[in-house]
Amino acid sequence: MTSLPKRPSAKKLGLVIDLDTCVGCHACVVNCKEWNTGGYPAPLTDQNPYGKDVSGAWLNRVHTFEAGEGAEGRTIHFPKSCLHCEEPLCVTVCPTGASYKRDEDGIVLVDEDRCMGCGLCAWACPYGAREMDMGVGVMKKCTLCIDRIYNENLEEVDRVPACVSTCPASARHFGDLGDPNSAVSRLVAERGGYDLMPEQGYKPTNKYLPPRPRRDASTAGAKPEALDEASPEGGFLGWVDRLLSAV
Amino acid sequence: MPLLPDARAVETSTPVADEVKTTTCYMCACRCGIKVHLRDGKIRYIQGNRDHPVNKGVLCAKGSAGIMQHYSPARLTKPLKRVGERGSGEFEEIEWDEALDLATTWLREIRDSDPARLAFFTGRDQSQSLTGWWGQQFGTPNYAAHGGFCSVNMAAAGIYTMGGAFWEFGETDWDRTEYFMMFGVAEDHDSNPIKIGLGKLKARGAKFVSVNPVRTGYSAIADEWVGLRPGTDGLFVMGLIHELLKAGRVDAGYLSRYTNAGWLVIRNPGGADDGLFLRDADGAPMAWDRARQLAAPALDPQTRPALKGQYDIGDRTAVPVFQLLAERYLDDRYAPEAVAAETGIEAATVRRIAAELAEAAFEREVVIEQPWTDAFGRRHERMVGRPVSMHAMRGISAHSNGFHTCRAIHLLQLLLGSVDCPGGFRYKPPYPKSIEALPRPTGRARDVHPKMPLPGPHLGFPRGPEDLLVGEDGAPRRIDKAFSWDAPLAVHGMMHAVITNAWKGDPYPIDTLFMYMANMAWNSAMNTAETARMLTDKDPETGEYRIPRILYSDAYYSEMVAYADLVLPDTTYLERWDCMSLLDRPISHADGPADSIRQPVVAPDRDVRPFQDVLIELGARLGLPGLTKEDGSPKYPGGYPDYLVNHERKPGMGPLAGWRGADGSQSGKGVPNPDQLGAYVDNGCYWHGSIPAEARYFKHVNRAYLHYAVGMGFLDEPAPVIAQLYCEPLQRFRLAARGHGAVQPPDRHRDRIDAHFDPLPIWYRPFEEDVEGVDGYPLHAVTQRPMAMYHSWGSQNAWLRQLHSRNVLFVPRAWAAENGIEDGDWVWVSSRNGRIRVEARPSDGVNGNTVWTWNAMGKRAGAWNLSPDAPEAHRAFLLNNLIDDLLPEREGGYRYSNSDPVTGQAAWYDLRVKIEKASVKEAGEIAPLAPAVGRPKGLPEAPDELRFGEGFRPRSRA
Repeated sequence: MTSLPKRPSAKKLGLVIDLDTCVGCHACVVNCKEWNTGGYPAPLTDQNPYGKDVSGAWLNRVHTFEAGEGAEGRTIHFPKSCLHCEEPLCVTVCPTGASYKRDEDGIVLVDEDRCMGCGLCAWACPYGAREMDMGVGVMKKCTLCIDRIYNENLEEVDRVPACVSTCPASARHFGDLGDPNSAVSRLVAERGGYDLMPEQGYKPTNKYLPPRPRRDASTAGAKPEALDEASPEGGFLGWVDRLLSAV
Repeated sequence: MPLLPDARAVETSTPVADEVKTTTCYMCACRCGIKVHLRDGKIRYIQGNRDHPVNKGVLCAKGSAGIMQHYSPARLTKPLKRVGERGSGEFEEIEWDEALDLATTWLREIRDSDPARLAFFTGRDQSQSLTGWWGQQFGTPNYAAHGGFCSVNMAAAGIYTMGGAFWEFGETDWDRTEYFMMFGVAEDHDSNPIKIGLGKLKARGAKFVSVNPVRTGYSAIADEWVGLRPGTDGLFVMGLIHELLKAGRVDAGYLSRYTNAGWLVIRNPGGADDGLFLRDADGAPMAWDRARQLAAPALDPQTRPALKGQYDIGDRTAVPVFQLLAERYLDDRYAPEAVAAETGIEAATVRRIAAELAEAAFEREVVIEQPWTDAFGRRHERMVGRPVSMHAMRGISAHSNGFHTCRAIHLLQLLLGSVDCPGGFRYKPPYPKSIEALPRPTGRARDVHPKMPLPGPHLGFPRGPEDLLVGEDGAPRRIDKAFSWDAPLAVHGMMHAVITNAWKGDPYPIDTLFMYMANMAWNSAMNTAETARMLTDKDPETGEYRIPRILYSDAYYSEMVAYADLVLPDTTYLERWDCMSLLDRPISHADGPADSIRQPVVAPDRDVRPFQDVLIELGARLGLPGLTKEDGSPKYPGGYPDYLVNHERKPGMGPLAGWRGADGSQSGKGVPNPDQLGAYVDNGCYWHGSIPAEARYFKHVNRAYLHYAVGMGFLDEPAPVIAQLYCEPLQRFRLAARGHGAVQPPDRHRDRIDAHFDPLPIWYRPFEEDVEGVDGYPLHAVTQRPMAMYHSWGSQNAWLRQLHSRNVLFVPRAWAAENGIEDGDWVWVSSRNGRIRVEARPSDGVNGNTVWTWNAMGKRAGAWNLSPDAPEAHRAFLLNNLIDDLLPEREGGYRYSNSDPVTGQAAWYDLRVKIEKASVKEAGEIAPLAPAVGRPKGLPEAPDELRFGEGFRPRSRA
């Protein structure tokens, strides 16, 4: 079994995903695939790409589902990738040391040279965030674009995960969740960001921001706002002359 | 003890690219700037260009999947000549010389005899300023692109009302708006800019209301979702207008200065001038001056127009537009209670939203401390905005009442004074343009002659019946019947009518159907199965196809390819020059005009040619004026890039506005610059101008903007664009229907024209709801395109098809429960036109009378080089099969197109269906299945595994 760092790292890199803003467009999903199929975990293979049962390895997916009923009902777009847990079971179950959590920034990685494709980590992950690459026979997972965020060949502004840089709605944020003053930590504090399935006890680093409350009939109050009728003074459209004389 | 050290070295600075080239995406209509990272000549990564005015660095799923589009095994590889029956996919490969000789022979014969026998229609063409101009040089009246079945209701309603329109001609002031209403938009045009904008609204806490029968994508994150019944948006909006008028909450100053609210309309029932504007001897519209109590020129800044009342003008009576408008919408039939039954939206909701609109517009003014002067010389110390904005698209457009509904939305915007003000809807240059600044359509008998070019552009904006393209007998002159009494304001043409009309020979037979990037044999056709039949139907007497020749260009093995007699294979978007021109469909931003190019990022590895190069060569071979020099030699021997730099539409104005003039120092106008394309490449393949600060708002009536626009060549005159609440051209058609004027409709059209050419917006039920027997089809059926595929030729894309390769029919949960339909049940869906079998899924996020599905998911087995057993062929379906392209027969047996009666816009979303549960034995596969099509010669066998990117792996595997 593989051990975790002795002490949790001070720096905890991760994502903050805004469920109030995500429109489910899959931009992050495909840009992730595009970057990573030629990046650190290259390739992310696809089976039957033009055939009946098409499938492939992806490090980030969006699940769309409906929740609640009637006025409470919502359609939720839920992007999901590795949450880079502080105490990830996927690491500790790994029999070869392939799966590990980095000391310096908390990123959970797979060292493919040591991965034998046993799949234990995927079974252990309660979030379903790991994917077996059927063409290579090793486990693939989100690296937080480790070959972007520290890549000196890229402009500084591009040193963020692909999913964050491409998100059209700015629903994805990247930063150090170990630093309470970081922009992402402040966002989590302001918006009530939460852990996914905290009861599992793996202490995920990534956070989700909940949808904001609706502003519709369900929240309008018993006597919703309505316009008062214009004063009848001046007859039909009398108010128009009053408005015009004020112009 | 750790099994291994937990601080292993990871190579984090791997080289990404040895070369980065900029160009423009073509995965949809958005036209974002991209940076293509290349390693060893292979595409490593496509990234949004941060500097680009459209996408500012972001890129959607389609754009990121461009790699798979580029390397797709569905790419055509060589010109193809049909050898089997049409539709079979049996072709022989031929050389380009033979292909071009053949095409030239066909086309020359037509041009020498009757150019109208060529129907040239392009689909997702982003070079319309070239293709349209080429069609004009050829001399056929029969040219259009796909706007007629896409968004012409929006374009026509916008231009006729306020000289601009949603999307390409305008956008929301995302940084300042406080209240944003979106109508009928799922994933849609302006894909990334809308998402960027919604992100901004969310960050600022501005309210976002989505009006849409279906709660997907954008509607899912709206602060309020208004899930009304399809086709009732216009009535909902009129309910809002009713409330605002009742409360006197409109911007009277804005209306009197910048709209025709104060213009006088003649009231003379039965007269030839009834409903026209009162005009002075010079033709200038008149208003009633409140101070002087007399009729005076409405555009004279001294005039203080009355907005209400009725005035005697000599022997006639005249009424201000606003009075007519108020009389109409204050009527009880637009009261919130009255509209609730049709729309399904509670009266309290209409009242509340009206109140919220008024509150945002009038209590939360946005002020920019920037003096400006209006077109009438009045100086304004600051720019005061009504921060309410709106956007609408397909869900409004694709109904037979869409033109009037879109006009109603614009009326609402104008009543609130929120057009081109801070926080409102903003024009994108080169718009606004009034109708007067735009051409009229060309293509009457006098315009079409053998061996002669058409004397003007095909598409234009009729001012009245005299501009229609009809014969003396009122019969259409265009094959699609655009600009005829069937669809007088069909300003984008009616591509969806071409195949049916050509097959019928109504109004006349054609010889060659020439199409580009238009999947008219499949998802772009209404009535798909019948369309395929018409494409393959032969005259039993001659044994010849009823549509004798089909010439087609596409980069991929789309369904349409199998129906072509000659296929001219196009390149992918990363292999060619292209141009997103201000002459065509601009990519501008509200703060400045913009255009862009594509440059070849990689060279084709197949025997394919850019369609635009081919078109220019065909033009030269045919000796078309404009494409040949006086000595008969080709005018643009360098093909499309040569044309882009050297073509001048008017002196000094060409396809590209940037770096003009001999030294490249001019913008907008200037002589051709031989280094222009190089300057674009150096700048990231786009040009972006900047409007001076004093000219950025109120552009339609801003003197500084209007002069800027003249300087740039966008306008000929700095005349203000006065918004037309009351649309006089419509009244001219109505008067003709009532027996006035030299050009009148044949009798069978009179009632229809009279009813639908109301100069103020009206609401009527979509035509399909009034069809006899429709009671048997109780549900509305609409489609949306998923965000990952909108407007892209997506389904052969190895990555995108992992997101969507099949579709289900979403049915309202309550309805499903009542009818015993459960998740995964298979059902028969039928309309008056057909019957299909599909899988159903109950949903809460849909209007209770509506079913919906993802559009264009189904593919013909074997097309796109997908394996014939792909889910796209067996588990995915098109609703198109249920949609008739014609309305039922009327008295006299005539069948109108299933389209908006004003613009000819295809009424996709009028569809009504009924649903029955299929038997257990029938479950598991869609019906009907189209027969599989073979793989043409030259297409490779598709791989069974992709290991794309393996070559870029930074380190070898242990």
